Amino acid sequence: MAATPNRPLLEIDNLSTHYVSAQGTRVVRAVDDVSLRISAGETLGIVGESGSGKSTLALSILRVLPPAAQIVSGQMWFENEDLVRKTDTEMRHVRGKRIAMILQDPMASLNPLFTIGNQVGEPIRVHEGTRRAAAWRRACDLLKAVRIPSPETRVTQFPHEMSGGMRQRIVGAIGIACEPRLLIADEPTTSLDLTIQAQYLSLLRDLQREHGLALIFITHNLGIVAKMCDQLVVMYAGRVVESGPVSRIFNAPAHPYTKALLNSIPRMTDNRNRLTAIEGQPPDLSSLPRGCSFAARCPAAFDRCHKETPPEFNLEGGRTARCWLASVAMQSGAA
Amino acid sequence: MKQFVTRRLGYSLLSLLVLSLTIFFFVRVTGDPAALLVEPGASEDDIAAIHHKFGLDKPLWAQYGLFMMSLLRGDFGQSFYYQTPVLDLYFDRLPNSLLLALVAMAFSLAVGIPTGILAAVRVGRFWDSAGKLFALLGLSLPSFFVGLVLILLFSVYLGWLPSSGSGGVLHILMPAFALGWYFAAAHMRLTRSSMLEVLGSEYVKLARLKGLPQSWVIGKHAFKNALIPVVTLAGINLVLMINVAVVVETVFAWPGVGRLLYEGISFRDFPVVQGIVIMGGTMIVVVNLLVDVVYAVIDPRIRLEK
Amino acid sequence: MSMSSETIVLPPSVSTRSAASRLGDLPMIPIIILAVIAFMAIFADVLAPHNPEVGALTARFKPPFWQTGGTMDHILGTDQLGRDVLSRLIFGARVSMVVGFTAVIFAGVVGTVLGILAGYLGGWADQVIMRITDAWLALPALTFAIFLAAIVGPSMWNIVIILGLVYWTRYARVVRGEVLSLKEREFVRLAIVAGCSKATIMRRHILPNVVNSAIVLATLMLGVVIVTEASLSFLGVGVPPPKPAWGLMLSDGKQGLMVGYWWLTVLPGCCIMLMVLSANLLGDWLRVKLDPQLRQL
Repeated sequence: MAATPNRPLLEIDNLSTHYVSAQGTRVVRAVDDVSLRISAGETLGIVGESGSGKSTLALSILRVLPPAAQIVSGQMWFENEDLVRKTDTEMRHVRGKRIAMILQDPMASLNPLFTIGNQVGEPIRVHEGTRRAAAWRRACDLLKAVRIPSPETRVTQFPHEMSGGMRQRIVGAIGIACEPRLLIADEPTTSLDLTIQAQYLSLLRDLQREHGLALIFITHNLGIVAKMCDQLVVMYAGRVVESGPVSRIFNAPAHPYTKALLNSIPRMTDNRNRLTAIEGQPPDLSSLPRGCSFAARCPAAFDRCHKETPPEFNLEGGRTARCWLASVAMQSGAA
Repeated sequence: MKQFVTRRLGYSLLSLLVLSLTIFFFVRVTGDPAALLVEPGASEDDIAAIHHKFGLDKPLWAQYGLFMMSLLRGDFGQSFYYQTPVLDLYFDRLPNSLLLALVAMAFSLAVGIPTGILAAVRVGRFWDSAGKLFALLGLSLPSFFVGLVLILLFSVYLGWLPSSGSGGVLHILMPAFALGWYFAAAHMRLTRSSMLEVLGSEYVKLARLKGLPQSWVIGKHAFKNALIPVVTLAGINLVLMINVAVVVETVFAWPGVGRLLYEGISFRDFPVVQGIVIMGGTMIVVVNLLVDVVYAVIDPRIRLEK
Repeated sequence: MSMSSETIVLPPSVSTRSAASRLGDLPMIPIIILAVIAFMAIFADVLAPHNPEVGALTARFKPPFWQTGGTMDHILGTDQLGRDVLSRLIFGARVSMVVGFTAVIFAGVVGTVLGILAGYLGGWADQVIMRITDAWLALPALTFAIFLAAIVGPSMWNIVIILGLVYWTRYARVVRGEVLSLKEREFVRLAIVAGCSKATIMRRHILPNVVNSAIVLATLMLGVVIVTEASLSFLGVGVPPPKPAWGLMLSDGKQGLMVGYWWLTVLPGCCIMLMVLSANLLGDWLRVKLDPQLRQL
């Protein structure tokens, strides 16, 4: 476990998180052999359809999983410490302090029975041992930082007295309360209307710049990825099918699934006649087919795709792809 | 809000109306209600007096009018056995019932809430199974059996507790346990399911993500939210306890409303039985109304529904 | 709308095959207990060693055979009238079974029919039935049953009718709720389009779909009804003596309790407990298997 120099802020190697049913008969491979890395100050986008394992991956990083789910293998190196091996108590000191997370539903993620100040101040009280009154003042400053008007009155109010956009800012304030190194945002804007979305995204970017945060941005909106992210990870059926710098992937996607995703977003400069939707349904994660899990929906699939699962090929320019075609076309070194 | 309360009040009044009609109907369906309302072995004159008082020679609707008029005046009739108005008897006994219900409620909550939380936090594991077994036993053991076994154990064999009567602190322990037993199981079940729901909520997830200790997450964030339905149910159950204690009060000779009901049956004292049924139904309708209104005041979402 | 109802093939409402396959892991213990009690009830005349209603006063309060003073003639002892406890328990099973099952079925039929009518017809029928249901549900079941028993007087069949009257409201409320959602389903709409009469739709399409819930509820209700019957007997307004009902035996045994004649209360109490426990276990199991929607009940 010697500290390896030059590791990125977070490096996940071959992580698998499975859900096991009560009888132990059904195993859902929600996250399967996932590797990714993110450096300080960077923004990493994770995209995929719902059910592709994005949220489970995020919760796995913080090890806040439902009782049925467990991390079965892999490592997660965060600041040269393996999060997988940490005890529950050690892990508790990571959550909210060194890695924070914003959940997708602002209406549900605040406790209806406690004041905003109480809830925003909580991580400060827990991690820094600050007294209630001091934490309350810090909560006030945090609300100001997320641009909530008249924070002095807002801290005394309850969640139901606020709009969705305001609540999501408060959740953001909770996220940055202890100045974490990494912030994970799980579809933080899906339930907000478009103008509020844009405001929230620029707020996140400003916070990132001010605090030197690394940001993992989980979304199914490729437009947001283009605007926000440096690096991209595309997930399909619990696996990373493609990863690399956003601009390169957008210019020349290596995996047919990424290609299909990019083809399904409308663009202003579009001269295509119609948008292409991806035919078919994602596979059942408890009984994955043999071979590539995308093969059944893939327009370019050939014999080998149905028989053998492609490994993760390293391509040029720091990219990876799990596709037999990529191995032929763009492979730079041995997989 | 005003509209909600008005409508809810209307429903309650309607329920009370249906209740009074039901009782009126059942008393008359057997033939001559005078046979029920008159003392066993009464003279012709007494029967004639009853006929006159309830207007039994008049049409049914007029009889119902008289019946309702006397109810609204608080005239529930005269007990044959005690020779006093039924309502006076009822209110004499009510404090004892209330005392028993309060102690039984305290016991059922003290047992039900912690076990329910434990079962929810350890869902699917040993304590959850133990809790399920406890709930099953609670819902399956009839209270008279619990009561008799308690007497056998603590009064007959160990000689620790008095087997019947009232007065001291020791007297109330066994009846409260026998009465609270079933409700402890019910409260445990509700606490467990409510706690499970809350533990799966996003705000509990966020509390965990903040790095709060488990005790803080459960004791602060989950506990308060999970308790709301339990407290609501407890309010209704307190009133229910007063009205279902007849068996327990009979076993332990506890001088409450239930015991009065038992005396009413034993002495064929029908006005007492009828009065207790009316009071029981009314109390429960009123409490349901109160709980709904209080809930609507607390939680704005309910007002918007319906 | 000239199409006859036969021209449209409606989807089968309840898949019998999947229902059968879901019955895999039967809970054996409650089934065996209930089967034993049913066996005792049916063959009581053959099984009981003595006449349950006649005793010898010379042989009063004999303890079970393993205690000093007990004899093999009265394996579980005798009661205050010298009647054989075992024989009375065996015949008591008959009372509990007959009252329990008939009352549950009676209440179930009345409640299901009224629930379907209220849910499907709506309007006035719904208002009248549901107002009665709401009002009657406000009465504590035992108090209501005592009231009715005080009016009609005790007999075994009166008790069945009383319990039916008290408990049908539970079914009506659940069934109505289900019917309200079934009404919006595709196959009911198809049946309406096909010109089925209301009566036909309720009988052919609604009823088969609420039967599952009614059966689950009936099983859960069995325990409740048996306890209520025992309570009524215990209070002296149930099955009249000398018929051996378990609740009555408990009530009689109360007198002997203070002098330590434990078998007169503990044995019938255990019988009631076992039966109710089994019914509840079976009901819980059925609820999870057949009707996930009822889990919250």
